[in-house]
Amino acid sequence: MAINSVWVFAQVTNGAATTGTLELLTKARSLSSNVTAVLGGDASGVAAQLGEYGATKVYATGDLAGKLPGVAVSGAMKAIIDSGDKPDLILFPQNYEGRDVLSRLSVKLNKSVLTNSIDVAVDGDAVNATTPIFGGNTLVTTTFTGEGPYLVAFRPKSFAAEASGGAPAAIAAANVPDLGATGGAKVTAVHVEETTGPKLDEASIVVSGGRGLGEADKYAMVEELAKLLKGAPGASRAIVDAGWVPYSYQVGQTGKVVKPSVYIAAGISGATQHMVGMKGAKNIIAINKDKEAPIFGIADLGIVGDVHKVLPKLIEALKGR
Amino acid sequence: MNVIVCVKQIPDPALPGALDGATNTLKRDGKLILDDSDAYGVEMALQLVDAAGGGEVSIISMAPNGETAGMRTALAMGAAKGVLVSDPALQGSDALTTAKILAAAAQRLGGADLIIAATESSDGYTGTVPEQMAEVLGLPSVTFAKKVKIDGGVLKADRQTEEGYDEVECALPALISVTAGVVEPRYPSFKGIMAAKSKPVEEVSASDLGVTPAGWAGAGQKVTLVAQAEARQAGEIVEDDGESFGKIVAFLENLKVI
Ligand SMILES: Cc1cc2nc3c(=O)[nH]c(=O)nc-3n(C[C@H](O)[C@H](O)[C@H](O)COP(=O)(O)OP(=O)(O)OC[C@H]3O[C@@H](n4cnc5c(N)ncnc54)[C@H](O)[C@@H]3O)c2cc1C
Ligand SMILES: Nc1ncnc2c1ncn2[C@@H]1O[C@H](COP(=O)(O)O)[C@@H](O)[C@H]1O
Repeated sequence: MAINSVWVFAQVTNGAATTGTLELLTKARSLSSNVTAVLGGDASGVAAQLGEYGATKVYATGDLAGKLPGVAVSGAMKAIIDSGDKPDLILFPQNYEGRDVLSRLSVKLNKSVLTNSIDVAVDGDAVNATTPIFGGNTLVTTTFTGEGPYLVAFRPKSFAAEASGGAPAAIAAANVPDLGATGGAKVTAVHVEETTGPKLDEASIVVSGGRGLGEADKYAMVEELAKLLKGAPGASRAIVDAGWVPYSYQVGQTGKVVKPSVYIAAGISGATQHMVGMKGAKNIIAINKDKEAPIFGIADLGIVGDVHKVLPKLIEALKGR
Repeated sequence: MNVIVCVKQIPDPALPGALDGATNTLKRDGKLILDDSDAYGVEMALQLVDAAGGGEVSIISMAPNGETAGMRTALAMGAAKGVLVSDPALQGSDALTTAKILAAAAQRLGGADLIIAATESSDGYTGTVPEQMAEVLGLPSVTFAKKVKIDGGVLKADRQTEEGYDEVECALPALISVTAGVVEPRYPSFKGIMAAKSKPVEEVSASDLGVTPAGWAGAGQKVTLVAQAEARQAGEIVEDDGESFGKIVAFLENLKVI
């Protein structure tokens, strides 16, 4: 089937559309000239930006007043579809809110979902999505059958965001219907973690630490090295779960996807779930005392050694420059 | 307070995964174990029931071949009983079908004050099943809950966000999904392991639950191609001789990043 209309679930932080949103809009406009963004929130500040990346229209719910986006935005989407504006394909970011809206909508529409995808293409009558499995070693192509809307979630950085110079998207109101019992959750307070330096998923150098650091205090070495290189510090899930660093530092399948020009992995084994988040880096340096560690399989420069010996010397050498 | 925990039984993640050549679904015919990610939910449920001073933890699982080994681990930790949905017709079920099945299994147990799942499974990691289940059951949900407590009949949770966390209050009954690290799962005691052997696990089929169509017939998509991705090649690997930091410096210089 041809794709006539594509929706993108859009997200806004600090008054701007997220990079993930712009990536999906860029892809969407390559599939159809009829691209609509759907936003849980107020669109007046971002309609121009959404338009610049290809959305001709944005449905916005207005302030969600503490309602969680999963129930609220999926409810609004269902109401729009029921009223007759039905897209063929809806693109979601593979992140918390994207997943929640996608999941709720899939039940409301009784449609299957495809998640963790990295590409979608229209080939004649077929709509095909590509998904990596086994840590990205194998690519699976899935073809949608039956009628749309087809629901797909994409891993961050699957597409490069490029502006098209389009006019501001026209804003249309999206009404959140009565959510009944499903609306029983309310956000009562919002906490934002302070960060300094470049953002992890945008930095051109990322230095990540893992369990091989041995103890929480030693993460300071990773932070110092990142700072010296004007990069961002990252982490494996093992040390996020252990509470050494906040979740926002996590690189990998369930964390951030990074594609820096240099990625330094210190004391990280290279589990597939970690590697899917960083193997798009241009250059990878790994320091690990176990020469069999899987991370060495993808490293451009691998140092078989103790992080407690190599990092302090490296830091000293860089400081002296 | 009664809590139902979804526990997925998966092939040992330490073993390499494989696809079934005929159906292109993940092979799940070997021995299955409790998905580590669900151990956190089981522990949290046990702690919440304990704090409430009464009630019990039940577990639900969908797995092929009547597999209960992973469920026994949850029972050995302290869950009271379980429902296993096992049916050849469920092979290859997509996330939506799985959610419908698990929702029906929860209803078979008479529902609960709280249903707990993991944010994503270790083998499938679609991360949609819990929220889909909540929608099927008409429940509110808090996904990615970190700290969870019940206070005056209301669920209070810190919910992980991209930038930090939100404090969320939610009426019960509700569903939550939890990430690794929220609590420290207990090791089953010897007594627990022995007791688990005689705890009731009801095995039902999809049609017992009245859910159709299931398995491939229910999925609105089919796998049409499986290909190898281009592999990244390893570069130079050196043993640290006390001076290897210099190699890193040279590497960075060469890239002109320093
Ligand atoms: C569903 C799911 C999702 C997941 N998502 C993610 C994710 O998003 N991101 C992620 O990172 N992980 C994720 N994981 C976890 C992943 O499987 C690994 O458990 C995790 O990445 C391991 O972290 P690590 O490499 O720090 O620890 P380990 O695997 O314990 O590795 C530590 C390494 O340090 C080395 N080492 C020890 N001491 C030293 C020393 N003194 N000097 C040098 N090296 C040393 C060891 O040789 C070892 O290789 C996920 C898992 C699941 C099941
Ligand atoms: N077959 C299953 N049996 C029991 N629980 C499941 C099953 N599939 C998914 N779940 C639950 O839903 C969570 C998310 O699964 P997924 O959406 O596959 O990533 C899992 O971690 C489990 O808690």
